[in-house]
Amino acid sequence: MTPQTIVTLAVFAPLLGALIAGLTGRRIGDKASMAVTTGLLFLSCALAWTNFAAHAWGHQENFLVELFPFIQVGDFQSTWSIRIDALSSVMLIVVTTVSALVHLYSWGYMAEDPSKPRFFAYLSLFTFAMLALVTANDFMQLFFGWEGVGLASYLLIGFWYQKDTASAAAIKAFVVNRVGDFGFALGIMTVFWMFGTIRFDELLPLWGTVQGEGWSFLGQTWSALDLAGFLLFIGAMGKSAQFFLHTWLPDAMEGPTPVSALIHAATMVTAGVYMVCLLSPLYEHAPIAAMIIAITGAITALFAATVGLAQNDIKRVIAYSTCSQLGYMFFAAGVGAYQAAMFHLFTHAFFKALLFLGAGSVIHGMHHEQDMRNMGKLARYLPITYAVMMIGTIAITGLGIPGHDFKFGFAGFYSKDSILESAFAAGQHNPVGMFAFIIGLFAAGLTAYYSWRLVFMTFHGKAKWEHGDAHHADDHASHAQLETHDEPLADDHGHGHHGHDHKPHESPWVMILPLLVLSVGAVASGFVFWDFFVGHHEGEFWRGAIFTAEHNHVLHESHEVPTWVLFAPLVVSLTGTAFAVWFYLIRQGLAARMADNGGPLHRFLYNKWFFDELYQAVFVRGAKGLGDLFWKVGDVRIIDGLGPNGAAWAALKSGARVVKTQTGYVYHYAFVMLLGVAGLLTFALYAWG
Amino acid sequence: MPYVLSIVTFLPLVGAGLVALLAALMKGDADRRVSIAKWTTLGVTLATLAVAVGLTASFDPSNPGYQFVERAEWFSGAGYHLGVDGVSVLFVLLTAFLLPLCIVASWRSITDRVVEYMIAFLILETLVIGVFTALDLFLFYIFFEGGLVPMFLIIGVWGGQNRIYAAYKFFLYTLLGSVLMLAAMLYMAATAGTTSIPELAAYAWSPAVQPLLWLAFFASFAVKMPMWPVHTWLPDAHVQAPTAGSVILAGILLKLGGYGFLRFNLPMFPDASQMFAPLVFALSAIAVVYTSLVAFRQTDIKKLIAYSSVAHMGLVTMGIFAANAQGLQGAVFQMLSHGLISGALFLCVGVVYDRAHTREIAAYGGLTDRMPWYAAVFLFFTMGNVGLPGTSGFVGEILSLTGTYQASTWTAFIATSGVILSAVYALTLYRRVMFGKMTNPAMATMTDLDWREVVVFIPLIIGTLWLGFMPGVVFDVTDASVQALVSNYTAAVGG
Repeated sequence: MTPQTIVTLAVFAPLLGALIAGLTGRRIGDKASMAVTTGLLFLSCALAWTNFAAHAWGHQENFLVELFPFIQVGDFQSTWSIRIDALSSVMLIVVTTVSALVHLYSWGYMAEDPSKPRFFAYLSLFTFAMLALVTANDFMQLFFGWEGVGLASYLLIGFWYQKDTASAAAIKAFVVNRVGDFGFALGIMTVFWMFGTIRFDELLPLWGTVQGEGWSFLGQTWSALDLAGFLLFIGAMGKSAQFFLHTWLPDAMEGPTPVSALIHAATMVTAGVYMVCLLSPLYEHAPIAAMIIAITGAITALFAATVGLAQNDIKRVIAYSTCSQLGYMFFAAGVGAYQAAMFHLFTHAFFKALLFLGAGSVIHGMHHEQDMRNMGKLARYLPITYAVMMIGTIAITGLGIPGHDFKFGFAGFYSKDSILESAFAAGQHNPVGMFAFIIGLFAAGLTAYYSWRLVFMTFHGKAKWEHGDAHHADDHASHAQLETHDEPLADDHGHGHHGHDHKPHESPWVMILPLLVLSVGAVASGFVFWDFFVGHHEGEFWRGAIFTAEHNHVLHESHEVPTWVLFAPLVVSLTGTAFAVWFYLIRQGLAARMADNGGPLHRFLYNKWFFDELYQAVFVRGAKGLGDLFWKVGDVRIIDGLGPNGAAWAALKSGARVVKTQTGYVYHYAFVMLLGVAGLLTFALYAWG
Repeated sequence: MPYVLSIVTFLPLVGAGLVALLAALMKGDADRRVSIAKWTTLGVTLATLAVAVGLTASFDPSNPGYQFVERAEWFSGAGYHLGVDGVSVLFVLLTAFLLPLCIVASWRSITDRVVEYMIAFLILETLVIGVFTALDLFLFYIFFEGGLVPMFLIIGVWGGQNRIYAAYKFFLYTLLGSVLMLAAMLYMAATAGTTSIPELAAYAWSPAVQPLLWLAFFASFAVKMPMWPVHTWLPDAHVQAPTAGSVILAGILLKLGGYGFLRFNLPMFPDASQMFAPLVFALSAIAVVYTSLVAFRQTDIKKLIAYSSVAHMGLVTMGIFAANAQGLQGAVFQMLSHGLISGALFLCVGVVYDRAHTREIAAYGGLTDRMPWYAAVFLFFTMGNVGLPGTSGFVGEILSLTGTYQASTWTAFIATSGVILSAVYALTLYRRVMFGKMTNPAMATMTDLDWREVVVFIPLIIGTLWLGFMPGVVFDVTDASVQALVSNYTAAVGG
């Protein structure tokens, strides 16, 4: 097979699976739908790794497969195509690997769901859209994938459509993403009119040419590239749940857990990071936009970590953790270390998917319980899940042995440290880098705390699920605001084969196997690929897919930071771990009491800085109010009142019985029309006859 | 085929005569009479579609001028003059495409005066196709205004409770525009000494009279679009019209205004177009935001979709007066795409209305359980309505906006917020109708799509996807004509 065939098949195999399962699922049955989609996804995954191997070790050239024209009007030229370079090769393996494992995992997790073909069709459809996104060669296909994954996300968040919270979360995800896409679309238009093309390969040599020039937008003159870069970044903020546009991500946990692992942790939410790295030639010439990215990323990393400290829903903790880690990726890109951002995207996909699927295993084993306050002592009942969650947690907290010449640790250690070192290196030249470094360092401590808190609350301590439901009332009373997020299968799913004691149980092998594979990734992906992504061979690996300007030496300098910078993340994260050990292992119950007493800080964090309340009050109620105003006052009272209704009223008053027959108007109308035609005829005859 | 335009225009009218004749011959047997009327009408509309497909297939896309021209002088200067260019040929096709679907969709739901109903639709088809094929001022006027008579009848006779009010409102609005347009036409015919549209377009109208003539045409077309603030007839008309009436109204009649702008305002009065472009931009941008927000608050499904149509037409008007390749192509494309998508959405409403006999959103909820295929179809067109890439809705939207951006970044900025607002109202509607638990016991007997409904939706789904993934099929046909429009405009305004 030629490389072109390989990647084409890899991209289209999931679409084929989605179509088969979606259109014929009810005819061919659950098993066949699952087998077809999963089988095609594993095929796609194998092909993606083949392509990656050819790129990384076989020195395959970058290439472009052009399929057929999309939108082509004047200079606005878009073609359906598959662009293969280091960036897309990396994304192909990330997406297909996690997706294939999530497909497999869902055999177990969704075993009792009545709509399996629909679920697998959506998963495969998502995968196709994501692959279209990462292989795009122009902004239109990128936008297609961008909104396509948004559609799949909407469908999967709302998968249990009977649940009100699920359908509300689905709309929220779509609409908040659309807020991002509003900026994104304007960014694309700006780029088009600035350069007369929307193709990435044609834009590459053009970006630098307008550096320092102005661009008129909304009556103001802006620095051209910074404006374009900023508008496009708004899209990334929506897709990747950055500060201000983050509110949809925690709610997205309403979807089934495999979905959270695939879409809302490993792949879709990283699309924004991918886009910023893809557009590195733009951001390298747009210092203000890059600075905004770095600051937004750093704030998100900190903000989400603080909220994660106080959440009790196991999935929400991981969701905020994702949000925070995405912040790391953005500030890495913002300070110019795109390679480090991509590296963290890569390693994060493995350990975060692992954590989510592990949490899914816990939820499955706990019979759809998601509140960590009702868990505890699960290590004994779910030993394998416990082991892989430990691996994932070590990976995310970045434990490892740092050093200039020798270093060793799990995946997150390599990538997160690389980000912090890059930020520090950038901080030698500008304050934003130092800001990001300090915030990122502090957030690393919080990360360790909330990650270990999750493990301890879930797997250690007293078993809080043993004594029936009595505890429910207590906990819910003390947390009146708590929403219930249990997945709706609980009621109607017969636990016959689990026995009737409702003891937590380990998951079946179809769920364990993906966890084990991801564990390998969480352990080794940093160690194995460090050299390629950010190490000494990064230049050969990226081969121009990431552009760094002449003055950008951040990645190089990140290898030469002082030794204390290497050890600082480890110290901070151990401190965070120590706090978690103190609160949740040594002095059990202390944290719960503190939460119950609920100081203002806890309330602030527990309520997620009150963003939802603020947005509800301003935007949702604002839109409703304006809509009512325009409708009832604007249309009904002013326009109709002064126009047709006013006239109608006058006509009725004057006693004219115009409204008597329904066809009366037709006659009037026909009469006027005929008069018109007659007038025209007469006139024409008169004039030229 | 000689006289192909006459054939495609008048075939439905001949069919109407045939239906009337057959019905008269079969006075005794009511059932047979109705059945024959339906099948004959379907046959005629399909035959018209076949001719329209043939017409489009043999159209030479490289030629920017009018093709298949037929001209017979009635008296000097005025005459029977037909022809199509790359823009109008596709509207002929769209009309011929939607009509058979309307007939099938009405198959069961219309039980009263079926023969007359079929005749009204056939006459309507002739008149609407005539608007797009006419190249004579006269003929255009007759078709343009005449098309509203059968539409009135369709609303007035087969409409809902409050059809009289709706028809009256429609009448008042349209009257205003028509009178002004007629006056402008009279003046133009007198000044230029011809009623041929191509010749009038070539005539150099003095900058002094252009604004007045432009405004006169604008008054008529703005009502048809409809543009804000002369849009309030549309929701009422839609609510009262039967399903197929709404499909034609949203799918084709709304496009007459946009087509008029492309045929008259822009090419004939370029200076005035440039002068009034800010006005159009302002009204269009307001329309997008204002009517989207109003749509969000509607409690009647049809009103919601009607308001969303006004917002979508706002993108068309701004694209046209941006007067560049992207804007104009986007506007034409958006009109064609909206013809498919909004038509399909009204058909979706028709499906549940036929079963539950209510348009109240609150009466529905949780339909997905009982109607999985319907859920998929409705979701598909909802996504088309919000302009999801991969559907035709996206292509028109992004091109209109891109075109507008060059002319006015403020307008593009405000109008782009439509991508957010359309998601808000469309997904809220979908959620309230389809998601949740079914609480209304009256809905418990709802059945999924029957085969006739599937037959109606499949061509629309294929069309929406086809245009969404390969919009080139449209651009290939329209390109030369739109290029000519752009270059004539640019030359005229000296840009």
